[in-house]
Amino acid sequence: MPTPVAEAMSQTEQPRTRARREIIYRHAWPVRLTHWINALTIFIMVGSGLNIFDAHPRLYWGQAGADFDKPFLTLGPWPDWLTLPSYMDLADARHWHFFFAWILVLNGALYLAWSLASRHIQRDLWPTRTDLRAIPRSVIDHIKLRHPTGEAAKRYNVLQRVAYVGLLMLIVGMVVTGLCMSPGFDAFAPWLVAALGGRQSARTLHFLFASVIVLFIAVHLIEVVLAGPLNEVRSMLTGRYAVPREHD
Amino acid sequence: MAIITRQRALITRRQALIGGLAGSGALLTGCSRILQVDALTDSTSFQRVLAVAQSWTRATQRFLLGGGEMAREYKPSDISPHFKANGTLDPGGEEYERHVAQGFVNWHLQIDGMVAHPLTLSVADLRRLPSRSQITRHDCVEGWSAIGGWTGVPLALLLRAAGVRAGAKYVVFYCADNLDGDPAKGGEQSPGQYYESIGLTDAMHPQTIIAYDMNGKPLDVAHGAPLRLRVERQLGYKMAKYVRHIQLVSDFSRIAGGHGGYWEDHGYDWYAGI
Repeated sequence: MPTPVAEAMSQTEQPRTRARREIIYRHAWPVRLTHWINALTIFIMVGSGLNIFDAHPRLYWGQAGADFDKPFLTLGPWPDWLTLPSYMDLADARHWHFFFAWILVLNGALYLAWSLASRHIQRDLWPTRTDLRAIPRSVIDHIKLRHPTGEAAKRYNVLQRVAYVGLLMLIVGMVVTGLCMSPGFDAFAPWLVAALGGRQSARTLHFLFASVIVLFIAVHLIEVVLAGPLNEVRSMLTGRYAVPREHD
Repeated sequence: MAIITRQRALITRRQALIGGLAGSGALLTGCSRILQVDALTDSTSFQRVLAVAQSWTRATQRFLLGGGEMAREYKPSDISPHFKANGTLDPGGEEYERHVAQGFVNWHLQIDGMVAHPLTLSVADLRRLPSRSQITRHDCVEGWSAIGGWTGVPLALLLRAAGVRAGAKYVVFYCADNLDGDPAKGGEQSPGQYYESIGLTDAMHPQTIIAYDMNGKPLDVAHGAPLRLRVERQLGYKMAKYVRHIQLVSDFSRIAGGHGGYWEDHGYDWYAGI
């Protein structure tokens, strides 16, 4: 269904040289607003998180773990261009991290409340049975870098749905594992810490979930460039998205 | 024609991949420069903005822990075989060395400030008082944890005996160690002297104890002999070692750097529940 804008735009174009590009209103303002706040917040969380990590660059499994215990993983120190602040400073990195943790939670709560109330998650993100059956085909399409066009481009494909719902779950996981590192929160919900395998397990999971989020961001940005960066970025700024036309 | 189109498409794809990777890399890596984060970090007004989060966190945790929730206690088999010692490992200095040599028989804990009856207690006096034993997890701000067993006198018992006067809000702990490298000189206000403070809610919590035993043996020097504080719902830096003086105050802004503790004076948060 072309919007008035789409009709106006298509009338100005010459059908012989350029095919009609249908413009749809793709992203509602709460999605756009929370997307950009989240984008900035995640970069700050990753940078300050790596700085905090450098104060004890070893990960363990269980409740306890320190120098004498066998690490699950040893990494770092991270280069200064990746950390926030660039120099090693646990106190300052914690200030950044715990301030933006609140922003992440408040922004996430705003997004979730709107997305559930407007049925954005249920309608646009949650994969249907048909979607799930199409996973193998979608994987092949993605490997061949073939992007959906026409009607198919107006809705999220199954890999997008899985990735976006997965990202939401990962962010919830980041908040939960982050809270489980707090001795105050642990006195409130010791069962939750135990369910994750202990405080040091929570710290390890916090790091692993963050790594998957960084991987998501890399794939997300590659896909934005592949799918047409101007159109994609514009759609996340103004909401308007030009539907790629069908192949002949 | 078809081949050319294909080649073009391939280049576009390759460029897109490179562009995407480079873009994400630049965003991730250039993050600090784009945002001028080091300059922001150094700015005191920006630090004041970030500090708002500390009060939100404290208020939230105060609400969640309003019922006097207890930190989890563990089984003897959970005790870490090696409990990492951090901060000062030996306060040194003539006075402290003499106490070590004498087995701390002349070590006295002074309790004063805003109390009705100032007290001076020897380690032996403290050992005669009712005690509490707990096996708890110690969480360092650096990220590591260790489980240890602690025995000591509940701080609430000492504070009730001393009689906390109205208006007192904080309990300040002065220690024998000097973290700036100088051995203990005796003056508790000298720069680098370790000190800490907690609020009355945490001070009266049943798990807050002045510990004298660790894992069934008297505290060793590295872990704070002869007396250390345990505040189980906060991070390790709150748990002052080598404690010799407890003072009740209404405000700590005139003590040392004015932020309520040695590490607080070095930028760390006063509330260490997170």
